[in-house]
Parts: sequence; C-alpha cells; structure tokens
Amino acid sequence: MFDLFARVFGREDASKDVAKERLRLVLVHDRASLSPQALENLKNDLLKVISEYMDIDDEGFRVDFSRHDDAMALVANIPIRNVKRHSV
Amino acid sequence: MGEAIVITSGKGGVGKTTTTANLGAGLAKAGQKVALIDADIGLRNLDVVMGLENRIVYDLVDVVEGFAKLKHALIKDKRFENLYLLPAAQTRDKTAVSPEQMHELVSHMKEEFDYVLIDSPAGIEQGFKNAVAGADKAIVVATPEVSSVRDADRIIGLLEAQEKHKPFLIINRIRASMVKKGDMMDIDDMIEILAIELLGVVPDDEFIVVSTNRGEPAVLNPQSKAGEAYRNITRRLQGENVPMMKLDDDSGFLNRLRKLMGFKS
Repeated sequence: MFDLFARVFGREDASKDVAKERLRLVLVHDRASLSPQALENLKNDLLKVISEYMDIDDEGFRVDFSRHDDAMALVANIPIRNVKRHSV
Repeated sequence: MGEAIVITSGKGGVGKTTTTANLGAGLAKAGQKVALIDADIGLRNLDVVMGLENRIVYDLVDVVEGFAKLKHALIKDKRFENLYLLPAAQTRDKTAVSPEQMHELVSHMKEEFDYVLIDSPAGIEQGFKNAVAGADKAIVVATPEVSSVRDADRIIGLLEAQEKHKPFLIINRIRASMVKKGDMMDIDDMIEILAIELLGVVPDDEFIVVSTNRGEPAVLNPQSKAGEAYRNITRRLQGENVPMMKLDDDSGFLNRLRKLMGFKS
C-alpha cells in the first residue's frame, strides 16, 4: 500500500522501468563488445585515416568503450604531435 | 523427415528442462512421434522431470561411443507409447561428445521421429555447442528478470551467428500481479529488448513444483495454468495459430477470498 502511495506521488519509479533501462545499457555494452583483436583492427584503421590529416602519437592512442549516465560511447583519445599545413 | 528443436537459455534455472518435458509430452499427446534428448551431460535431470529415472540402462554417450544401439538406449515413456527419452550420461562431462557426433545422432533420429527436442545445458561452452549442433530450430526460454534477459540476448547472438533459423522466445514464470504493479517486465518489454518472435508465455504456477515432484508434466493436467500455456505452445509448434493466453491477476482481494473459500478460479 505504501508502495502504491509512493508511486502515485512520483517518489519511486516502477522497478520494471529501472530493469529495462539497466538492461538497455548493459546490452549495448554486451552487443558492442569486440574481441581484443577486432578492437586492435579498429584502432589501426582509425590511425590510418587520421594520419592522412595530422601527425598523431600512436603510442598514446587509446580506443575504448565508455559508459556515461545514459549512453554508451566509443571514446578515442588521440594525442596530436603536429597538424599538417592546409594546402588548400 | 522430422524436425529437431533445441531448448536453450544461457542462464540456468529458468525452465529449460521443464519446457522440454512439457512440450514433449504435449506433442506426444497430440499424436506426434517424439524423442527427447537430455544434452546436459554430467547433470542429467530430464529423466526425473519425466518420471523415468528408474528405467535408464544406457545413455547418450553410450550411443555416441557405439557401446549401445540407439533403440536400446531410448526409454519409452510411461504414458505415451510414441514418446521416448535419450538420457544424458551422469558420470561423464560435456567433452565426452563432439558437435559433429551430436549432429550425426540427431540427423539419424529425425528419420524416425516427427520431433526431436534437445534439452540444452546452461552456459555457452561445449555443452551448448553440442546441444545446438543438430538442431533445425531453437527456442530460447527467458524469465522476466534482468539476468535471464541478458543471458538470453547473448544466446540469441550466438544462435544468429550460426545462421540457424532465427530463434523463438518463450517467456517463463511471468506474474500478472507484479506486471500490473509495474514491478515485472511484461511481454512487450521483453520482445522489445530481445527482438525475436514470441512462441509463448508461461505464467508462474505453483503446480509446476507439484508436477516435478511427481514426475508428471503439467501439460497433462487440465487445471494447471502453465499446463494450458504449454498446450498452446505445442499447437503453435505444429503450425496452428493460437492466440496468446490472457494472464489473469489472482492477487486481488476478491480472488484471494474466493480461493480461501474454495472457489478456485
């Protein structure tokens, strides 16, 4: 009865909504999980593309999944050594 | 040529074995020739759920290793003469058979049976791979809980990677009273998350405990709600179009009063 009271006055979320939201996040992570080899391939491909535009430090280059409050993101940390001069 | 269906889930304890037993008994009652394979080597249980534990002589590993003939290892059910069980070995482990051997065994059994139902062990390792190897279709059993849905999602991913027929979902142990209060994920929530076709919904039913105690599948009991759900699933498996059962909430005051007074709804 107290539960119902609390819910009517918006003090507590229905727990199934909590479950759904948590599942949504965890499944994005589960489904996106790449094997270490695949993550390495992704990193090398990114490196190749970005290198066409700037000189980057491939030692400090990091790619990882990161979890924010309500979203998953692929976060790349790419230290730049030097930016090529625009020829156009 | 029959059809082989694996019943799997990822997570343990969500009702794979109960589902296999009930669908097997339901299909046999409908006149189909059915074989059940317990693929949970080392932790066999389909025999006790079916009430056939006293009749085991040979098992799956004996057949695969050529120690026994299939027809000698198959146990005939007590209730239906067109229902058979191939029990798992209890003193071996999952590595005692290979996916190739399972594939060959199941293909062979499909020649003789209309349905071959394979009860998969929990997990995603070799036991799961063995269970899935010979199957044409897969049924994923999940309960409306975060851990079960997460594991089901993983299993669906693995099944899809094998390019099998897209798996079907059975939602097990749903409780209408909790769904109504918003404290349990409902059917739509589960389908939205898992994105596969729904084959059936089985309500949480105390009678399942009773039926397992006795070794009598609930599908044979006309009063059991879970039994009714399994009967519907059995008909859907045979190609019939059966509407989803309405889940009634029996937690209300009037219902409890009715139950107390013996008018069981």
